[in-house]
Amino acid sequence: MKVSLFITCLCDTITPDVGKDTVQLLERFGCEVDFPVGQTCCGQPAYNSGYKSESAKAMKQMIKAFEPSEFVVGPSGSCVQMIKEYPKVLKDEPEWRERAGRLAEKTYELTQFLVDVLKIENVGSTFKGTATYHPSCHMTRLLGVKDAPRILLENVEGLNLIDLPLKEDCCGFGGTFAVKNSAISGEMVQEKAEHIGETKADYLIGGDMGCLMNMGGRLRRNKQEVKVLHIAQVLNSQ
Amino acid sequence: MSIKIGSKAYAERIQDGIDNSFMRKAVSSAQGRFRTGRLKAAEELGDWEDWRTLGEEIRSHTMENLDYYLHQLSEEVEKRGGTVFFAETAEEANAYVQEIAKKKQAKKVVKSKSMVTEEIGLNEALAESGCEVVESDLGEWILQLDEDPPSHIVTPALHKNKEQIRETFVKKKGYTKSDDPVELAAFAREQLRQDFLSADIGVTGCNFAVAESGAVTLVTNEGNARMVTSLPDTQISVMGMERIVPTWEDLEVVVSLLTRAAVGQKLTSYITALTGTRLEDEVDGPEDFHLVIVDNGRSKILGTEFQSALHCIRCAACINACPVYRHVGGHSYGSIYPGPIGAVLTPLLDGYEDHKELPYASSLCAACTEACPVKIPLHEHLIMHREIIVERERMNAKSEEIMMKGFAKWASTPAAYKMSTKMARTALKPWTKDEHIENGPGPLKGWTDQRDFPAPPKKSFREWYKHREERRNG
Ligand code: SF4
Repeated sequence: MKVSLFITCLCDTITPDVGKDTVQLLERFGCEVDFPVGQTCCGQPAYNSGYKSESAKAMKQMIKAFEPSEFVVGPSGSCVQMIKEYPKVLKDEPEWRERAGRLAEKTYELTQFLVDVLKIENVGSTFKGTATYHPSCHMTRLLGVKDAPRILLENVEGLNLIDLPLKEDCCGFGGTFAVKNSAISGEMVQEKAEHIGETKADYLIGGDMGCLMNMGGRLRRNKQEVKVLHIAQVLNSQ
Repeated sequence: MSIKIGSKAYAERIQDGIDNSFMRKAVSSAQGRFRTGRLKAAEELGDWEDWRTLGEEIRSHTMENLDYYLHQLSEEVEKRGGTVFFAETAEEANAYVQEIAKKKQAKKVVKSKSMVTEEIGLNEALAESGCEVVESDLGEWILQLDEDPPSHIVTPALHKNKEQIRETFVKKKGYTKSDDPVELAAFAREQLRQDFLSADIGVTGCNFAVAESGAVTLVTNEGNARMVTSLPDTQISVMGMERIVPTWEDLEVVVSLLTRAAVGQKLTSYITALTGTRLEDEVDGPEDFHLVIVDNGRSKILGTEFQSALHCIRCAACINACPVYRHVGGHSYGSIYPGPIGAVLTPLLDGYEDHKELPYASSLCAACTEACPVKIPLHEHLIMHREIIVERERMNAKSEEIMMKGFAKWASTPAAYKMSTKMARTALKPWTKDEHIENGPGPLKGWTDQRDFPAPPKKSFREWYKHREERRNG
């Protein structure tokens, strides 16, 4: 199966290791992976701030970059969800709307792709440790990927998964919200950090780099010794 | 009062909310109770999603045929001896009620909780015409004594604890007993009883008017609406023009959704239905009944992308689900409509000028949208507001606009994008310590005020991938 990697801008610049794990994971299951270099950012920062025409420029670039691809897979629920919104955003430009629709249809979040398309529930990995999982908002509520990450994690050997209290509450990231409404966002991520602390887990696992950076940054500021991992890193661990 | 409450600036209101640790504790524990209640009640219904779909259908059908149903409603009300008045503005609505008060030479008005009278500032208008106005809903009564605006649409005094309530009673009403809720409530009841008996006019809101029968229905837990509507001779109900359902069957659905979504009750304690005036052989009910239907900006929302905001049944499920509300409380919104629905509705009714920050007071986590029993896409409405603020109203900061223009250029030019990811590390070097930035420049400041930022590693993913390809291809 031919899979094009959608390595989000944060993943590309800040956590390239997550990208590498994504590549290895997909290759492990026989996917022929490529990385279209024309890809940039999904456009979400501008879109969610109200800059529709600016975000449309990013969207069109992404549509062009992935046009030849068969499947597009990215390690981020939020950015994948943004791509799913493209047809709606570009609804007034029929030609682009159609091209956006084709991209939206073939784009998957990593765990969604593994479980729904490749039909894999056990990736055969081993990871020793106690961890808690934060189901990020866009991945669960908007993209509707709720079970896939849980199923995959439950099948990782050696992993002791502890439920995170009020896990469905937003961590306070929200893209530019974290900067624009920094004070409120700070209170939200502080509450999240406290809940993470309550689990006494050594690791925090998530499927969205933005949220992980937010929670990780606050945990570090609080001097809480919890290691933050993207789900691809856990699934690719041997 | 009007939609807008207080005069403090947004940032100050937010800080007040964050600093009020008592309020935040009260809010978060109430949210906890309401959320579990809602989930449990939804589970009991079994097919919650079907119910939501039904609720949404009823609401959107009603909004699409609002003219028809409002016409039917007013005919039915008049058939039963009532008088209907359509008020386009808050001023018109207030003037109409003032006129009735004058005619009746009213001295005292008792009220049952109503957001719309709050929205139009009816209490102030009545006070101006020399009427004493008494709120009869316990929460509202406390707020009225304390001259404090509501902070939640279902439990308006959520931000107060029993000690504070006792203090208010002592100061304003000469109360002498303890802060035991039973004693507090008994005292309030005793006080209010006098008001019910001596009032000349009863004013209520309206949860839903039923078009087919001309009935105004009120959902309460204290039964106070029954006192307000059965004791005084003159009865005035004030409703927002969207608070209407076509039939009794529809009412059953929306009331079930309302009580379950609000606090997790299967049923509310009281549903009062007012239908016209007292008939000859009836012992109680008003002699004179008026229904004031308030537009106050609502009809402008019809036919726009925001129409579904009018579907709202004021259950507060979105408020109870919202993590932002949890940390800042209701007063931070500067509006009598707080929380996600408030952030959507307030700028629609009262313009962007005073409320342009509200649509940004959300991380777009969509917990509100998921909770809403009539499926209003609240977070999408918030994005739409932002779009209007930026592209139509042009109220955005110039610096932000320049940044976003830069973003567009960067994200649509792969070469520029590639270059910048390569340079990021170098550019951030001066602020980097231990592979982290604790005190970042420019746009990073808001971020690093609250949390650390990881410094970009030496090699980006695309560089790693390129090398890997080169190695592979020899
Ligand atoms: S927007 Fe939906 S959830 Fe919020 S109060 Fe209205 S009906 Fe309830």
